[in-house]
Amino acid sequence: MNIRHHLSDDILMAYSAGELPEAFGLVVATHVSMCDECRARMESFEAVGGAVLAGADSVAMGKDSLAATMALIKSGTQHDKAPAPTRRAGIFPGPLAAYAGGGPESLKWRRVGGGVRQAILPSSEEASARLLHIPAGAAVPDHGHRGLEMTLVLQGAFRDEAAQFGPGDVEIATDADEHTPVAEPGEDCICLAATDAPLRFNALLPRLAQPFFRI
Amino acid sequence: MTTRTQPAEGEWVAHMRRIRDDADTAAFAELFGHFAPRVKGFLMRSGADETLAEECTQEVMATLWRKSALFDPARASVATWIFTIARNRRIDALRRQRRPEPEDLHWGPEPERDQEDVIALQQESEVLARALAELPEKQRLLIERAYFGDLTHSEIAAETGLPLGTIKSRIRLALERLRHAMSRGGE
Repeated sequence: MNIRHHLSDDILMAYSAGELPEAFGLVVATHVSMCDECRARMESFEAVGGAVLAGADSVAMGKDSLAATMALIKSGTQHDKAPAPTRRAGIFPGPLAAYAGGGPESLKWRRVGGGVRQAILPSSEEASARLLHIPAGAAVPDHGHRGLEMTLVLQGAFRDEAAQFGPGDVEIATDADEHTPVAEPGEDCICLAATDAPLRFNALLPRLAQPFFRI
Repeated sequence: MTTRTQPAEGEWVAHMRRIRDDADTAAFAELFGHFAPRVKGFLMRSGADETLAEECTQEVMATLWRKSALFDPARASVATWIFTIARNRRIDALRRQRRPEPEDLHWGPEPERDQEDVIALQQESEVLARALAELPEKQRLLIERAYFGDLTHSEIAAETGLPLGTIKSRIRLALERLRHAMSRGGE
């Protein structure tokens, strides 16, 4: 995979520190599953976390804490509820397949106008994640956004005022960017997008439709 | 803080092997004695009260025992591996969120990695720890706070009176220095 648009240091560091809202974390985990370069950078940010922990001020443990921990080990109680890693499903890498409950066919897609379809994924409230299916050659309605927006291409490609984005590429846009992504001709474009504020469309009708479609 | 010398990274890796291969409780007790108070300090800096931090630390250390077969010393130091377990526990217990994890690179346990990779990683970890300790204090504190998650960028901005842009550029500068130190191998 020839990836040209990568994650920024800010975002990889926040993810490694465990401080990124879940929806953005999903974009990061999915991109890292496709991109060895960002995986290596993520591991180096985790190493910084290890160095911070190693240098952290100690706070004395309770006096029976070792015995209590051994009892915990023997009881077999699991507190690390992280689900077993999910395998990739079609064009969805493992972490995305876990949220989607499988590949693209397992989702409920809804029309949002212009032939574009979307499927909202579950995540914490601070930010929202959704999949977009854009027919080849079609445009996503013109939109600005009030916060950060991350868009990861899974299939096909899109182009906007900034550049062209193909499979594995991630676009990071802030509220200063008003952009009109258009799917490249050929293959339909499927991407994973996360925003920390609802999108605002510039045309009147889509704006009225927003509360219904949770865009 | 006592000044007695702590075991080097290589010894902690050996402890992990004894836990994995022999269920060695003495090795676990030593690892616990060193890392558990740091994990507890880390969680309290992250906003946990002492009771919750104590409970979560015990769970983190129990996870270390149970998952010892997954520890790969060619990819992470013991401190880094414990950090990721503690971080995930914090997201679950303090923030009540799921953490999306990347696909693992390999499926199932790997044959023992090349010893050279393991030693190279230990040396890099030591260089990184020194480089972090030698950062100018203001930069080091910002890096620490970013990892403790005790404050968001905008809260740090409000507290220090520094604009957000200055905080971000200080963190960027700190990362540059760490990278520079790593590329020189800690000379």
